[in-house]
Amino acid sequence: MKYIDPHIHMVSRTTDDYQRMAQSGCIAVTEPAFWAGFDRSSAQGFADYFRQLTEYEPRRAALFGIRHFTWLCINPKEADDPAFARDVVALIPQFLKCDTVLGIGEIGLNKNTKNELIILEEQIRLAEEHNQLILVHTPHLEDKRKGTRLIMDALSASTIDPGRILIDHVEEHTVADVLDRGFWAGMTLYPDTKMTPQRATDVIEMYGSERIWMNSAGDWGCSDPLAVPKARLEMQRRGHSAQLIDRVTLDNPRTFLSQSPKFRLGAESV
Amino acid sequence: MSDLTGTCPLSREQIVGQYFLEHRARLLDIAAFLDRLDRSVAGGQPDFREQALVQALHLVADGGPQRTARVLNLFSDMSQQLPQSAHGMKGALGAVKPAEAAGTAGASA
Repeated sequence: MKYIDPHIHMVSRTTDDYQRMAQSGCIAVTEPAFWAGFDRSSAQGFADYFRQLTEYEPRRAALFGIRHFTWLCINPKEADDPAFARDVVALIPQFLKCDTVLGIGEIGLNKNTKNELIILEEQIRLAEEHNQLILVHTPHLEDKRKGTRLIMDALSASTIDPGRILIDHVEEHTVADVLDRGFWAGMTLYPDTKMTPQRATDVIEMYGSERIWMNSAGDWGCSDPLAVPKARLEMQRRGHSAQLIDRVTLDNPRTFLSQSPKFRLGAESV
Repeated sequence: MSDLTGTCPLSREQIVGQYFLEHRARLLDIAAFLDRLDRSVAGGQPDFREQALVQALHLVADGGPQRTARVLNLFSDMSQQLPQSAHGMKGALGAVKPAEAAGTAGASA
């Protein structure tokens, strides 16, 4: 079996996670820029992080035959200071030229503030100006419903085709709106705060397999880099076809990501 | 949403056979959590999250459809206003605090 984990923060994972993922069938990952667990003190800290994402991680992944792609942004948790955020956003265009950068992400909202919204809108404009795909982070827990609606309204105010935008971390109370408005939807298999493999499978059963994928969002928190193969197993246990399982864990990510000409899988992977 | 009958490929019997023990254990965890609150040292006030959890348990047992989405909505902020800044409230709490939300830690992904 082969799969893509289209949202995982490998900078926070150990090298043996790459090994275990490769052994489980992972052929590619995409890694959005995110919060390190603490607020960085300067834009230069982000420049170093962007170099890590574009130079170091692809090499580490390649040791295990995994293709590594990335998304760049200032994440919403550090975007509440507009002046600081703008210094970071100004760094991004030079990195968009890198071979493994697929777009802008994970942008979105965290606490649904006016400051966060201003920077979200500016990063949407950045994606618009540079014809980039977008990967969206939706807020956690009690803030998700409101934040998802605010984000979709901001995206709809742009000229970007919703088919080039993936809205991640959907749950049962947001997935229908996201799909109905033409966006792609990502389900994050993350213990405690998001989806389980069982619930993700329920969502596919209820809402179908069009424009939807699963990811682990594995990071420095309690998370599981093997969450996607575990979801595949859950679907298999319920008797779903190999074709459907491949569709949501391999074909759909490949379809969405291939809208960037930089997304290439090796001939041996497809 | 349209009728969802038959969207899960398993029979009722198969679903119970495959998942009952796992969910029995989760239910016991919730019961033990509530017992633990009862056994806490004296002096604390009930937290808004406890109340939200108990409300959600009623909803889970009401026999209606779309329990998961309704529970998530119960835990959701339905307000319209946007604070200017997130200063001092980076994390999420899992339910809506009746007054003003606060918190510094939170989920990472």
